Amino acid sequence: MQSYRILKDKFAGGVMLFLTLTSLLLVIAMGIGLYMKSTPILADYPLKDLLFSSSWKPLKGEVGFFPFIMGTVWVTGFAVILALPIALLTAIYLTEYAKPVVRKYVFPALDILAALPAVIYGVWGTLLIVPWISDYLAPKFVDFSTGYTVLAGGIVLGVMILPLLVSLFVEIFTSVPQDLRDASMALGSTKWQASKFVVIRRTIPGIIAAVVLAVSRALGETIAVLMVCGNLPQVPGSLLDACYPIPALIANNYGEMLSFPLFEAALMFAALLLFVVVFLFILISRIVLYRIEKTFM
Amino acid sequence: MRIKNIEEGFFKVMMWAATLIVFAFVISIIWVIVDKGWGAMSWDMITKLPGGGFYIGKEGGFLNAIVGSLYIVGASTILGLMISIPVVFYLNVYLTKGSKIAYVARLAYDVLFGIPSIVYGAFVFTIMIYFGLRTSLLGGIIVVTLLIIPIFIRSMDEVARQFPRDILDSAYSLGATRFETIKVVVRQIAPGIATATLLSIGRAIGDAAGVMFTAGYTDSIPTSLSQPAATLPLAVFFQMSSPIKEVQDRAYAAALVLTIIVLVLSIIGRFLTNKFSKNKV
Amino acid sequence: MVKNFFSSITLSSELRTGQYEENLFGRKVKLFRPDYKFVRNNAESELDVQNLNVYIKDNHILKDINVSIPDKKITCIIGPSGCGKSTLFKTFNRLIDSIDGVKLEGKVLINGDDIISSAGEITSLRRKMGLISQKPTPLPMSIYDNIAYGCRIHGIRNKRKLNMIVKHYLQAAGLWEEVKDRLHTPAIRLSIGQQQRLCLARSLAVEPQFILADEATSALDPISSKTIEELFVKLKKDYSIIMVTHTLRQALRIADYVVFMYMGEIIEAGAADEVFKNPKHDLTREYLSGAFS
Repeated sequence: MQSYRILKDKFAGGVMLFLTLTSLLLVIAMGIGLYMKSTPILADYPLKDLLFSSSWKPLKGEVGFFPFIMGTVWVTGFAVILALPIALLTAIYLTEYAKPVVRKYVFPALDILAALPAVIYGVWGTLLIVPWISDYLAPKFVDFSTGYTVLAGGIVLGVMILPLLVSLFVEIFTSVPQDLRDASMALGSTKWQASKFVVIRRTIPGIIAAVVLAVSRALGETIAVLMVCGNLPQVPGSLLDACYPIPALIANNYGEMLSFPLFEAALMFAALLLFVVVFLFILISRIVLYRIEKTFM
Repeated sequence: MRIKNIEEGFFKVMMWAATLIVFAFVISIIWVIVDKGWGAMSWDMITKLPGGGFYIGKEGGFLNAIVGSLYIVGASTILGLMISIPVVFYLNVYLTKGSKIAYVARLAYDVLFGIPSIVYGAFVFTIMIYFGLRTSLLGGIIVVTLLIIPIFIRSMDEVARQFPRDILDSAYSLGATRFETIKVVVRQIAPGIATATLLSIGRAIGDAAGVMFTAGYTDSIPTSLSQPAATLPLAVFFQMSSPIKEVQDRAYAAALVLTIIVLVLSIIGRFLTNKFSKNKV
Repeated sequence: MVKNFFSSITLSSELRTGQYEENLFGRKVKLFRPDYKFVRNNAESELDVQNLNVYIKDNHILKDINVSIPDKKITCIIGPSGCGKSTLFKTFNRLIDSIDGVKLEGKVLINGDDIISSAGEITSLRRKMGLISQKPTPLPMSIYDNIAYGCRIHGIRNKRKLNMIVKHYLQAAGLWEEVKDRLHTPAIRLSIGQQQRLCLARSLAVEPQFILADEATSALDPISSKTIEELFVKLKKDYSIIMVTHTLRQALRIADYVVFMYMGEIIEAGAADEVFKNPKHDLTREYLSGAFS
């Protein structure tokens, strides 16, 4: 009985250890799998051409990913520029100023934003943001715009990453000991000054890590962006141009990819690109966030 | 002296504005979906399969997508629980606080949590091709399971880390092996498991990019694992792109159904968290 | 079921032989355990600590501990906080294993077996050492299941046996009358004092030889702690009880044997009367007079 129980304990431990380490295996398998699938294209084209050539005619054998990379950069960049100040101000308000009553309503609202599926954001963007751009905003700057633009993608994506940013910021700010704020206030600073000089300054590494994490989330967002950003393989020159981010490229073309090996390799290379960038971003930001957690706890 | 007070006032107004903007976004999204979706909603939509000529505006509903989503979400939630509970248990009971394995595993799950679902989709798709599988219910279940396991593990792990050490010690002092404490641990973190489940279902039901590759789309309800399955987000997505107004209306109705499901899950989740965090030992 | 509890025991053929004890009605009956799973060890239970050193990372927590715990007595370990009392306890039941960077040297002999060097059978070691911790730790399940948990993991699954065991040990902890109508309600709903007695009953249900009580009354109100103390005095007829206490008065009231620790060392150990009335060491004298705590 006794040895049977100990055996069971050891056996279960082994199985669970295996399950636990599967996570690691899955990450590695993903990287290797995507790499192997994209070898045909990596063998035929130098990496420089793949990344920096602007001509995308896969049927003619021209596979330059530059327009898609730039499309991703523009949309993600604008989304972060839009979301960051709103998220920072909201998070400071929630941690430093807001009464419990206010928090009671703001947190559920953020919950809802976080819970809504991407496709709902896509519907919202198509029905509200896109017409608003084409009817009201764009005519002030250009002659014509369909509204399916970098701007629309950026707004939709920005709203999508808001809840993630706010919750990370709130977590980071609340980890700052209250004494530090009190010390600053005791010297006669206002609440905002205490927030600015003590809370924000002390947590800058955390803020950066949170932004990097949000960027990695934004990079991979597919459906919502796909629905509003126009999907033209061009390097966008302004916010009112259409663009074509990498995830949208993969999602739009997976149907045809099996008919043409080079095309398949090209799409898998796009997925690999996304994987590598997101992997590095998350790894760095998580390690920074773990450190912060350790130093404050 | 005056400048700093002006600064204070200015930023206070900005903060209020930012918080109001957050609210405005929530309200505008829900308003758009309800406004458009309610008009297109009918009993047929959620009880009927797409009929002939559905995609040119003839009759039918999107029951196929509702059932497909339920199949995928149900199966992957069960699979996800079966895999993630042992992992969380292992991380918190078998491994000690400073364990290197635990650190690396948690980091790996954090990475997996952040990998976009389209990458999961592409990855599983290549594996399916390798094994000669076509787009199918099974493929959808696999990809959604992979997608939600990190969510399960992260949110359960957060609760399990607060697990009172004393209770574990008292189980040990009765002569329990580490594995035999699983009953105690699972009961103690049950509220956490419930919340994590709701969170994962919400994420699973809303995923479109992953299932697009792997589950495909069909007008009928799948009767076996090897048949393709429709899902709600894809029903919204595909019908939105139709030029015909009646078909678009169905997209809005499907979006409304999806939103209601997700909101209900989120409300129950918050309710559970509040209830259990108040009564915790 | 409950009524024929005692009669059912004498009926069973396997119970004809063996030790008897007086039941609550004064009749001689066979030891109440119907399963022979854990036969209560009425022989002497010995706990000898020889040259024990404990290091955690680079800290020398316990320094050259040598002590023998007397059989079927209440031994109180006293000393200021941080003196290593809890670490000593955790060494006795090897819960210390879950702390990172622990190094153990020396011997802890239980009935002649060294528990430091032989790592095997740690579960049966822990079963022999019932632990009552500072704050009551009811398991997140019903009152009944709390008691039955230990028996179930050791392989007793028969419902009738479990019913007997639960009743018997709840009686032993003086809790039966209070909870007999709500055995299947969550244990967390009991009062703190009741929870602590439940924990005691739970430990007794796996028939330990020693009871380790780590400041078991410090979280309780005066009346509940008095109940626990009285229980300990009753229980020492069958078990060797080792308790850590912060309150000297408690030690004065119930200790048969006293160990005084300071900074990870044992300064003085001996019969309670000796140590309290006639301390040999200056530090002991100072501590007893309340010079430091």
